[in-house]
Amino acid sequence: MSLTTDEIKKIAYLARLGIDESDIDAYANDLSNMLDLMTQMGKANTAGINPMAHPMDQMQRLRPDVATETNQRDHFQALAPQTEAGLYLVPKVLD
Amino acid sequence: MHNKTITELAKGLREKEFSSVELTQAYLDRINKYQALNCFITVAEDHALEQAKRSDIQLASAGAGLLTGIPIAQKDIFCTQGIKTTCGSKMLDNFIAPYNATVIEKFNTAGAVTLGKLNMDEFAMGSSNETSFYGAVQNPWDTNTVPGGSSGGSAAAVAARLSPAVTGTDTGGSIRQPASLCGITGLKPTYGRVSRYGMIAFASSLDQGGPMARSAEDAAILMQTMAGFDTKDSTSVDREVPNYSAGLNNSLEGLKIGLPKEFFDEGLNSDIASAIEIAVNEYKKLGAEIKEVSLPNMKLAIPAYYVIASAECSANLSRYDGVRFGYRCGDPADLNDLYIRSRGEAFGAEVKRRILMGTYALSAGYYDAYYIKAQKVRRLISGDFSQALSEVDVLMGPVSPTTAFGIGEKTNDPIEMYLADIYTIAVNLAGLPAMSLPAGFANNKPVGLQVIGNYFTEDRLLNIAHQYQQVTGWHQQTPQGFE
Repeated sequence: MSLTTDEIKKIAYLARLGIDESDIDAYANDLSNMLDLMTQMGKANTAGINPMAHPMDQMQRLRPDVATETNQRDHFQALAPQTEAGLYLVPKVLD
Repeated sequence: MHNKTITELAKGLREKEFSSVELTQAYLDRINKYQALNCFITVAEDHALEQAKRSDIQLASAGAGLLTGIPIAQKDIFCTQGIKTTCGSKMLDNFIAPYNATVIEKFNTAGAVTLGKLNMDEFAMGSSNETSFYGAVQNPWDTNTVPGGSSGGSAAAVAARLSPAVTGTDTGGSIRQPASLCGITGLKPTYGRVSRYGMIAFASSLDQGGPMARSAEDAAILMQTMAGFDTKDSTSVDREVPNYSAGLNNSLEGLKIGLPKEFFDEGLNSDIASAIEIAVNEYKKLGAEIKEVSLPNMKLAIPAYYVIASAECSANLSRYDGVRFGYRCGDPADLNDLYIRSRGEAFGAEVKRRILMGTYALSAGYYDAYYIKAQKVRRLISGDFSQALSEVDVLMGPVSPTTAFGIGEKTNDPIEMYLADIYTIAVNLAGLPAMSLPAGFANNKPVGLQVIGNYFTEDRLLNIAHQYQQVTGWHQQTPQGFE
């Protein structure tokens, strides 16, 4: 199976991932090779097999609905590239 | 001092042969002397000496533990409050975590001294440490070769005696393969045994932290501190932690060892095959019985793994958006441009490949064909292990089909790099514990023996490894120039 450069561009956009125009062919080639490898799974008979998400099939634990985290807003915001008045700043979304 | 075991170091500290500050300084000096290996991304000199001072006070009073005052180093995937945590990526080059990973918290509580943060493949994606934003790491056994990956800085640091022991993480072999290529002892615990809280996520259903050390005896000491249930990790397993050192000297009489025939097929280098055979014979002398077993779906582990790991990575790495932390591009034109360029400029090629692969596998129309299919194959592989481990106690085989390869030798062909994970990744899919032990040399490069056990049998694996290390000296070999 091989992916076209247009498909690579579409996937990259879905992932909001900038890739250089000059690298697109190489990614198309690498991903096509990866997909070829993955088609080997087609050989396995998986009829009636349940997908396995956790090695011990453990379920998510529940806990009482009580706040346990302390407020660390200042700590977290100190890491941000740009904040103002306790808010994270991004370029204008609406004109 | 740098050739002593943790137990010997702890004794030296107690008997005042040296202080923790002296010991820490000795390791800091070695780290400085062997900078060219590029094992460390951050050396936390001031922080380490401060911790050592506190440990010396603790050692003078009651309540000091085995790790009190012992220097260790952490893979740069574990968040450390006050020390930069990069995960080997430009994306986090400026990131100082506001909290400690549970593993770090446990080592701090135990009084261990953190020397610094170890180099690794970017976001743990790689088998050679060459995808690190901070450059390749040299293997001390041959500085033209890679140390393996992703915990390459970890393995090279232990081999070069820059730290008595270290932490690593293993998503597809990232503890065992570098341990093998650098001739040290590594343990990948059962999934859920060691908390993943604060351990930067790559593939959440596969990632597991564990110890890397010179011997099983030292690995057991680290494991004792690392293991345990953690309410902060939703996949942590609530189960009692055994004493990992208590059974090290148990006899191996009657131990049933299975050799999966798929581990010894044509892909395996013949010198490695001979080394493994000699190691297995050593176990026979220790009273073990050997039996051939089969893991019929093992070949499917590579495709299933690269679907699951890529899919989970694409989801996990969506958090790096240039808004809340990490790298942000200059002058974004709009919000999309901010996301696209921040991610595009800060992620390396291998990380991008996997995000693209994962995004494709999870996209509408392909989800069932790739992700769900891979999870079904995963259950088949897990079933193979259950079957094999119902016939024998442990499985043994090689860790890697080759010894350490040249820096730059495989970087142009990602698929070739993936295929080298053949003996390790099935274990992650099943979530089983496994070790890599030094088992000799092929062409003067270390060979690792892999020992795979049933769920939560880390104590037994450590016992099996320790008994081998009582009758062989491979784990005591030191690379030339690092004695």
